Amino acid sequence: MEMNLTLHVWRQASASASGKLVAYKIRANEHMSFLEMLDVLNEELTGRGEDPVAFDHDCREGICGSCGFMINGIAHGPLPGTTVCQLHMRHFKNGDELWLEPWRAAAFPVVKDLVVDRGAFDRLISAGGYISVAPGSAPDANAVPVPKKDADLAMDAAQCIGCGACVAACPNASASLFLSAKVSHLGLLPQGQPERLERVRKMVAQANGEMFGSCTNIGECEAVCPKHIRIEFIARLNRDYLKASWLYRKEAASGGE
Amino acid sequence: MSAVTTSLPVRSEDEAFLASPIGKKVVMAVTGAALFLFVIAHMLGNLQIFMGRDKLNAYAELLHHNPGALWTARIGLLICALLHVVTAIQLATLRSKARPVAYIKKGNAGSSYASRTMLMSGPIVLAFLIYHLLHFTFGSAHPDFRNDVYHNVVSGFQRVPVSIAYIVAMVLLGLHLNHGVWSMFQSLGVAHPRYTPALKKFAMAATAVIVAGNVSIPLSVLLGLVK
Repeated sequence: MEMNLTLHVWRQASASASGKLVAYKIRANEHMSFLEMLDVLNEELTGRGEDPVAFDHDCREGICGSCGFMINGIAHGPLPGTTVCQLHMRHFKNGDELWLEPWRAAAFPVVKDLVVDRGAFDRLISAGGYISVAPGSAPDANAVPVPKKDADLAMDAAQCIGCGACVAACPNASASLFLSAKVSHLGLLPQGQPERLERVRKMVAQANGEMFGSCTNIGECEAVCPKHIRIEFIARLNRDYLKASWLYRKEAASGGE
Repeated sequence: MSAVTTSLPVRSEDEAFLASPIGKKVVMAVTGAALFLFVIAHMLGNLQIFMGRDKLNAYAELLHHNPGALWTARIGLLICALLHVVTAIQLATLRSKARPVAYIKKGNAGSSYASRTMLMSGPIVLAFLIYHLLHFTFGSAHPDFRNDVYHNVVSGFQRVPVSIAYIVAMVLLGLHLNHGVWSMFQSLGVAHPRYTPALKKFAMAATAVIVAGNVSIPLSVLLGLVK
């Protein structure tokens, strides 16, 4: 089925330029993904000699974390548990008016149009550092016992694709859900234990330097997360950070201060 | 992409903890819990108005009987309230810095009205608290203040606008607690599929009891049940 839509798209030429919403009329097909619909728009814009709408995308199968913007004020649009590349036009109605805005956060400066710089997430992961592993050939799969429930929980957290929807949806622009997923997926496994408390201290310190807001347990991040990461992990982050802060002692051969 | 921030200000561990949003939320949770417990105790004490003038005045006398304990409690509550408010201001400042450009259109997925309006219900409850102290503790906002708590309450609430202000303030306090009482557990790291639904129900039930209990006093005076 063909549908006629009106898009109000945030257009911003560069990081330093000021942006504004520009309205476009578009004919879409219900089988298109949202990004394919934007591809059609961009074909038309290019044909008219206009600048196409810039948006991030890569795998287009919902697993890379590249895509994402706000559709009518909801990160990744109205369908829960989905990135915009996996959101199909059949979820919209003929005649719909849609507002497309980039993620808005001080830590995610706009690069162009709907593209933001999520380098802050990379720096958070870098700050977490390494995990200690024995070098050499891969150990037997059953060499390190992991309880099934822990493995499942760790896998739930490890599903985070770092798209940034949690920060975008949060009224405080907090990165707590992302941070909690990254802290939890290693913290739940035996391989992540040696650096567990150091890691959470370093990652929280880095998050504080990146101008993310604080978590007020509102839960909008959980609702928009394409991977259904739960705010239960944020409580786990808080727990680990509390423990790491209380138990912290300086490195010293004499036993510390 | 710039490098990992290595030049974070050098702080002691305790300073770093209190400077982090998680540390600030711990302050909010602990002070909030103390204020929540006070609100319950305060309501239970005040409900003695339904047991008559002598009972309520005897309770007031009991509280004032030991000035040392009274002022310890008052100063403790004042410190909690100050920490709660100052930390809330710091978190609100961080919030506006973290999103300097607002969305033109912002939907709300999966969040409660109460959780989104903590920064509004909080200051209104604070304003009410100051009025409440001037009204019933210091008496400067009370037109006929005497050394008779029962009289002060009844004559205070017989003025309709005053009673309405109290009732509205209690509904807002209820909104604030409905989110806050569950939220403090989450901030302190207590969340579990087995406990979280029960904690949310506890927050809802505690809020309902507090609002109903506190509203019952001005309402009963307005309806002439207590005079």
